[in-house]
Amino acid sequence: MLSSRLSRCLGLFLSMALVAVAFMASVMLGTTDIALPTFIDALIHYDPARVAHIIVLTERLPRAVIAVLVGASLAIAGALMQTMTRNPLASPSILGINAGAMFFVVVAVSLLPLHAPVDYVWAALLGAFVAACLVVMLSRGRQGELAPLRVVLAGVAITAMFVSFSQGLLIIDQQSFESVLYWLAGSVSGRELSLVVPLLPLFGGALLLCALLVRHANALMLGDDMVKGLGMRAGTIKLLLGLVVILLAGSSVALAGMIGFVGLIVPHMARGIFGVDHRWLLPACALLGASLLLLADVASRFLMAPQDIPVGVMTALIGTPFFIHLARRKPA
Amino acid sequence: MMHSTSLNRRGDGTADARQARSLGIATLLLLLLLASMGLSLSLGSFPTSFGRVLHSLATPQGSDIAFIVWELRLPRIVLAMLVGAALAVSGAILQGIVRNPLASPDVIGITSGAAMAAVTFLALFGAGLSIHWLPAAALSGALLSALLVFFLSWKHGIAPSRMVLVGIGLSAAMGAITTLLIVTSDDAAAMVAYVWLTGSLYAAQWQDVLGMLPWLLIAIPLCLTQARHMDAMALGDQVALGLGVNLLRSRLVLMTCSVALAGAAVAFAGGLSFVGLIAPHIAARLVGRGFARLVPTAALVGALIVLYADLLGRVAFLPKDLPAGIFVSGVGAPFFVYLLHRTRYHH
Repeated sequence: MLSSRLSRCLGLFLSMALVAVAFMASVMLGTTDIALPTFIDALIHYDPARVAHIIVLTERLPRAVIAVLVGASLAIAGALMQTMTRNPLASPSILGINAGAMFFVVVAVSLLPLHAPVDYVWAALLGAFVAACLVVMLSRGRQGELAPLRVVLAGVAITAMFVSFSQGLLIIDQQSFESVLYWLAGSVSGRELSLVVPLLPLFGGALLLCALLVRHANALMLGDDMVKGLGMRAGTIKLLLGLVVILLAGSSVALAGMIGFVGLIVPHMARGIFGVDHRWLLPACALLGASLLLLADVASRFLMAPQDIPVGVMTALIGTPFFIHLARRKPA
Repeated sequence: MMHSTSLNRRGDGTADARQARSLGIATLLLLLLLASMGLSLSLGSFPTSFGRVLHSLATPQGSDIAFIVWELRLPRIVLAMLVGAALAVSGAILQGIVRNPLASPDVIGITSGAAMAAVTFLALFGAGLSIHWLPAAALSGALLSALLVFFLSWKHGIAPSRMVLVGIGLSAAMGAITTLLIVTSDDAAAMVAYVWLTGSLYAAQWQDVLGMLPWLLIAIPLCLTQARHMDAMALGDQVALGLGVNLLRSRLVLMTCSVALAGAAVAFAGGLSFVGLIAPHIAARLVGRGFARLVPTAALVGALIVLYADLLGRVAFLPKDLPAGIFVSGVGAPFFVYLLHRTRYHH
């Protein structure tokens, strides 16, 4: 673990370099390799007559940008959830937040006349909110404490509920099935940059709120009484942090569908390297989460080439051994 | 709360009174099941009156609807009941072993193992290879995933809570592979796989019933031999050890029964979720947690749930024949949320 301020700064700098390398790999590698000069050329003098330029601007760049946003958001959301529940297994996918967002999007697509991807965002946010409320309501004990196994079971069951409802809707309304199938599996490909723009204020707002609450998150880790010492009620802090989680996870689902395990693995990696202080932990989570999703996305292009596999599948396969390791380590 | 205390008070009576009460409830459920079979036999896309159905059942040769009753509806109804019973007993066993009311075959990865194997089978062979091999594939998937869960959660013995967590992790990975297979196969095959995942009894045949039946006939009596041990384990590992229970052996036998039942059910009807979760709870409300009484009652309740879910799927949205799984989750999921809400202070 890095303990001095200098080494942590260096660590963050290296993480940034990792994001940059992964970003470039994501833009350049694939069925058609793009050379670096071509990429820069496409950004500066876009020429719609050149295929390489079209590939860069309509496929590779949006894909990389979305991977960065989603990876960073899910990792931060996971870290905050682990802090709030004091449970190492908490993350947006395990606790059902992603599934709730997905179900509401499926409802929007199949029952309501909402087909523009922008409409997905509001549906996804609402779904994330509903799922979060359900999990919290159902897993609180008498003193308001969240029992670890119970929280996980509640989350898994809520996921099962939303997934089976979505399956039912998709079977009844088979027209929507094909259009949302790939999205359900979790994928960052095939989206346009214009889709990201309306979401930027949400991501920005969530990150700002998160930055303001860093000290409180640190205090929350030590116990609810410590938060009182800072002059705020623990309930208020949890509510605000919960809002951050919902904004980040909901917008991620709206952009990329069900991508699991990023929110679980990355906070543990970041904690191992940077320690538990949220002032370092959260930026580290954002950078490592972005790199992880970028790299997983690059790998997903080559695993069954020429077919793209959904990156959600990749993260689940990477994440499972890790989850099992955590489950085994936890004292039963 | 009022309801359950009154049940407890009654439960405090003599063993004979409890026995009589649970026998009475079982008889009532059995009668209800028979009546529901009759109802389900007479409803469908082709209108048939109850009298004509009875006539056809009695004299298959002399009836013009014999084919509908004997070959289309009856096997489907019987299979629905068997599948429901198997899932319910499997869930009752798991909840007992884990000592957690939220455990079920879907949660700990048995269902998703079977689903992955079945979807792999559909993706690799499509309709080319005989569809009769699908149950075998699903069943071996269930057994393999259960073995894997066992193996991965082994650490100086089996701790139930660790097993649940490992199962959850594994089922996420297997779910991912299932999704991958669905996404990469063509649309028609993907829809077939998706319907199968939701759980459907469409086009059930007597052959399926015969394939399903042995599992129940073997596993249910076998798990009942462990009833005393299960009741002792409910009081905690220390108490059970003190009473001379071989924890590892009992858990192995019980887990094997649970996996076999859930695997067989998934093999013949796909991923019907929530039956294994809610049927044991309803049964426990009716007859209490004593394992020997719980198992038969849960089986009857599970059979009823799947029977009605399939009936709804067949007749509610004519001419569409919707998978029973939709209705099981439609009722099961809200019930589950209610359950979670009610039991949140006991852990």
